[in-house]
Order: sequence, then structure tokens, then C-alpha cells
Amino acid sequence: MSTNNAYTLLDVEDLTMRFGGLVAVNKVKLDIQSGQIVSIIGPNGAGKTTVFNCLTGFYKPSDGRISYKGDNITGSKNHQISRMGIVRTFQHVRLFKNMTVLENLLVAQHRHLNTGLLSGLFKTPSYKRSEQEALDRASRWLERVDLKDMANRDAGNLAYGQQRRLEIARCMVTQPELLMLDEPAAGLNPRETEELDELICELRDHHNVSVLLIEHDMKLVMGISDHIYVINQGTPLANGKPDEIKNNPDVIKAYLGEA
Amino acid sequence: MNAVAFQNGFKNAAITSVVFVILAGMMMGIQLIPSGTGLSIELAEPVRLETLAGAVLALFLFQLFREPLSGLWHNAKSALPLPEQGLAEALQTQGEKHPRLKQLAIAFLLAGLIIWPFYASRGSVDLATLALIYVMLGLGLNIVVGLAGLLDLGYVGFYAVGAYSYALLNQYLGLDFWSCLLIGGLVAAFFGFILGFPVLRLRGDYLAIVTLGFGEIIRILLLNWTSITGGPNGISQIPKPTLFGLEFSRTAKEEGNVPFHEFFGIDYSSGYKVIFLYLLALLLVVATIWVINRLLRMPIGRAWEALREDDIACQSLGMNKTAIKLSAFTIGAAFAGFAGTFFAARQGFISPESFTFIESAIILAIVVLGGMGSQLGVVLAAIIMTILPELAREFNEYRMLMFGLLMVLMMIWRPSGLLPMKRPHIALKESGNKQTSPVTQPAKAA
Repeated sequence: MSTNNAYTLLDVEDLTMRFGGLVAVNKVKLDIQSGQIVSIIGPNGAGKTTVFNCLTGFYKPSDGRISYKGDNITGSKNHQISRMGIVRTFQHVRLFKNMTVLENLLVAQHRHLNTGLLSGLFKTPSYKRSEQEALDRASRWLERVDLKDMANRDAGNLAYGQQRRLEIARCMVTQPELLMLDEPAAGLNPRETEELDELICELRDHHNVSVLLIEHDMKLVMGISDHIYVINQGTPLANGKPDEIKNNPDVIKAYLGEA
Repeated sequence: MNAVAFQNGFKNAAITSVVFVILAGMMMGIQLIPSGTGLSIELAEPVRLETLAGAVLALFLFQLFREPLSGLWHNAKSALPLPEQGLAEALQTQGEKHPRLKQLAIAFLLAGLIIWPFYASRGSVDLATLALIYVMLGLGLNIVVGLAGLLDLGYVGFYAVGAYSYALLNQYLGLDFWSCLLIGGLVAAFFGFILGFPVLRLRGDYLAIVTLGFGEIIRILLLNWTSITGGPNGISQIPKPTLFGLEFSRTAKEEGNVPFHEFFGIDYSSGYKVIFLYLLALLLVVATIWVINRLLRMPIGRAWEALREDDIACQSLGMNKTAIKLSAFTIGAAFAGFAGTFFAARQGFISPESFTFIESAIILAIVVLGGMGSQLGVVLAAIIMTILPELAREFNEYRMLMFGLLMVLMMIWRPSGLLPMKRPHIALKESGNKQTSPVTQPAKAA
């Protein structure tokens, strides 16, 4: 559903990541237009999460070039990258478990807040305003992911599906442009997966966010993706629209093995 | 009680008693007496042996009837109309519900604390001042260990920096307490910042070892830099704080200065000085609590806690791990610096001996005992840890033993500390209304 004035958000050229002699990611190309949902699929151990880690600065790529909105961000630190508007979730939920749900969302807005020591100590008007805005934003997102009643519970006490939703909300309050979700449907029941489907589409359509998705749930992937990249053993195998991927003999072979 | 249970109980009791006899007998029942060039082993005095026998009997009976006793205890507990939670927790909940009442209670408490020294004995006021110093240290370390989750075993180093900056600045430049209070805090903060840099990449055990090393380096530096710090002799005759320039000594030390008692035309009493020091410590502690309480609710405080919870998630949300860790280290060290400056002024004499590792351990124990991150808990623990050893002066040799026992019991009874930290409760307005009201109730274990 890319609009007319879509632009290239993320452009990855020949991304390579070597761990010693092991080539985990080999010359992967990606490009994401604004307003798109793009998926990366591939068998287990194909290097999908490694690609994520390279893009978000957790790993320094051995080779290749990553540019975001035209700026080269290869090798930038992860907090710098996330400040530019790329945030991610994790394969295993990483919430601040001993803090409340609301605090999780407030912490995430750290860089948008007035963090001055003195203004905070003496509660200056600008400090109060910034805290109030953060609360409002957190409140809106809690409502959207249906966790408002849980606002003052410890995040670690939520059910798994709720924790997943909270993690996405926590990314959204940082006001990102590119949201990267690492297997968001893992461990969710079919109904929750459907809700996730809706949520992701809503993020794209109404919140100006592009989504890069790693997922094994083929129904979800085929249903919402604008473009799909297939990676096998670290190497790009195919890419195209969902229908093209579905019927690609190479992809079928990689997933099901030789017939 | 049926026969099998009784048999089991008896067996248990017998084993416990035998173990006790062996251990206690070896440690307390026999004495080594120097005879000629060697040592001879003799039985201890009869009084002690009798006490031991009594203890064995009591232990045996307790073990034998433990189960019926614990049953009784449980019955008694459920019979009493006590709330499920402990008294302190109940107080906290009440405080949340009635913020007005809480403010009133705090005001009364403060008034009581201010009036108390005028009626208490000189010794207890002095002890309370010491306790207040530990409160300050505990609160400062609480930022680093309890909130940011960085295990710092060298905290006493910053305390020493604060104390020595006052002592040295006074000795060489003649600066007074009040300007040094600020400078001492700043210098300690600077040290925290500098020492924070190399340890930023470390976590957990490694961080603990390195900070332990830094603490020792500071102490050994003070010990060996004899030309400036006086080495093991320390620095003496550090002037006491003044009240707007009024001294608390019998005659003014400085030319043209008037002592406190002459200025107000009252008789000289050395008690005034003790009370003044106590009130000053109280002021510093109240300021510390206020500042840290604010910090906790500010973005920086939340970031510290988030860092403790999950540093990878923190970074992926755009928080700079380095800056957050450094800020915790620096602010924590600043409070140690304030405490150190006050300590130097109170003692009038400091030497490296006051800043050994055991001090760090005690401050850490205060934080753990009180409950990591909990301010009220840390205050309570600091008071307990200072006053208990004084009350138990007769058991001097066994002080560390009792200390260990207390720690073990605490870890069994309340593994998360006396008053575990409570999360702040922030009320959001009902849905449909986009506006939210930040009724931030002061609840974070204030």
C-alpha cells in the first residue's frame, strides 16, 4: 500500500557477516520503501536474526553497506541507530520485567523527554509538560494494545501474548519510522496471531511506520507482506511478491527438501 | 504426636545437640593457657560450662518440640487480627491512599527528630549522628547497586575522597566546612566519573572486583602519599562546621571570631556542638532523600532501573548505556563525598584506617538488608546496622558472628530486604478520554 510519494527507507547492499570462518550472512540485499511491510523468511538458522542484529547495530557487519534514508549507517552504534528511528523487538521478549507496564513505556521515551537534572529536580513547566506528553502517549498505546487495565502491574507478570503486545507498544512510543519485528507471532495462539496481523497493518496504514518482519507463520507472512525476501544458509535465495514466492521452486525446495 | 514423629524428633534433637556440643565445646568450652614456652589446654571456668550445658538442654528441648511449637505459633498468628502484609507494608499502602496523612506523618516525624536531641543524652545524639552518616552512604550506594544494578565494592573510596578533600583543602588552603561540603561532593563525583570510565564494559562479578580494587587503590594512595596526606598518621585538627561563622568551641580559634555561646550570651556547653552536628547531619540526610526521591521519578531514575533490568533492550530503545551507567556512578559518588566531608568535620581527625574494605561491606550490607532500591528500607537498615553493634558492645568479640547470623536470618526471612522497593502507581484516566491525569502518587518506597 505504498503511497505515491514513497521513498527508499532502508537500502542494504551486499551485507556480509563472518564469525571467524563461518559466513553467517552472505551478500544479502534488501530494500524497504516507506509504507511497506517487508518480510524475511528462511529455514531455522538461515541467518535472519543475524541480519537484524547487523541492521540495528548489535553486530558490526564484516562487509556491505547499510543506508537509511540516504545516510550511511554501517557500523553505527545500536543506540544511535534506534535514535534515527529504527527500533526492533526481540525473538525472546525483552521487557523490563520488574518495572510496571506504564514505566516500560515511559522509559522507552527517554530520548524524547526533558532529561535535564535541574529541571527535573525543581519540576519546571517544560519538564512537567514533557512528562505529561509521555504519559499521554503511553496511555494511548496502552489503550490500543488493550493493556490499559494492566498499566500498574509488573511487566513480568503479564501473560505471554500481552508481553508481546507490550513490546510492540514500547517500540511504538519511541515514534519510529522503521519497526523491525523478530518472530512476533512465535508462541501466540491463532486468535492472537490474527490480532497481531491487524495491528501490524494498522501501524503501517495509520502510524507511518514501515515494518520489517521475520516470521515463520506463513499465513501471516503471505497475508500482510508487500515484499518477501528468502534467505537460505545466509545467502539470498529469492525475493518478490508473496504470490511469486509461494510458487518459486527454489523456495519450496529449501523449505521442504529435495523431492 | 504419634510415636514415629516423636522418634524422628528425638533423633533430630539428639543430633543437633551433639553437633552443638562439639562445636561450642571446642570454641568456648576449652581454653588455651600459656605455660612456659608452650600452651596447655584447660577447661573453661565453671560458669561458662554451666551456660553451655544450659544451652544444650534448651536446644535439645526446642528441637524435640519444634513441630508442636511451630503449630502453636501458626495458630497464634492466624488468631491475631494482623493484616496479611507486615506492618511496614501496611503503612506504605496507607501512605498511598492518604497522601495528606502521609505528609502530616512526615512532618511530625521530622519535628520529633529535631526536638529529640535536646532531651537525649550526649552519647545517643552522637550515635544518631553516626547513623545518619550511614544513612547518607547507604542512600548513595543504593543508586549504584539498588537502582542501576552495578555491584560496587569500592564505594568507601569516594567517601575517603570527600573526607580528604575537606581535610586537605582546609589544611593547605584554609577553606571552611561549608565551601568544602560542595567541593568534596564535586571532587568525589569527579572521581566517580573518572573511575566509571574503565569499568563501563564490565558487568557483575568483574565489575565488583574492579571497583574493589579502586577502593583499595584510593586507600593505599592516601596511606603512602605521606608528604601530603600524612600517611598512616592521618590529618588531625580538622575544624568543626560553623553556624554562619559562629564556632562551637569554648574560645574562638580564629582571630576576631565569636563563639556560639558568647554570641547568644549563654553558658558554654560541649553539648551544643554535638546537637549542632546532629541537626546538620539530619539536614543533609533530608536533602539526600529529597534529591534521590526526585531522581527516582525522573527519566534518569527510570533509565537506571531499565538498565538493571535489561541493558540490551535499553540500547535498542535508543538509550546510551555508557551515559546512564556513568551518571549512576557519578551521582552515587557525589553523595559519598558529602558524607565524607561531614564525617571529617565531625571526627576532627581522619586516617586511611577509617576507609577500609569493611566499611564498603557494611554500606553494601545496609543496601541489601534494607531492600535494593528501597529508600525507606535503606534508612531503616542503616539505623539498625549502626545502633545494633553499639547495643551489643558486651559481645564485642562476637559482633561479626551476630552480624553474619543476622544476614543469614534476613536472607531466609525476607530475601528481598526489610522493605522491598515498591513500584510507583501512576493513575491513568479512563478510556475514551485522551487526556490522562498524572496523579503520581508518591509510592516508590519513599
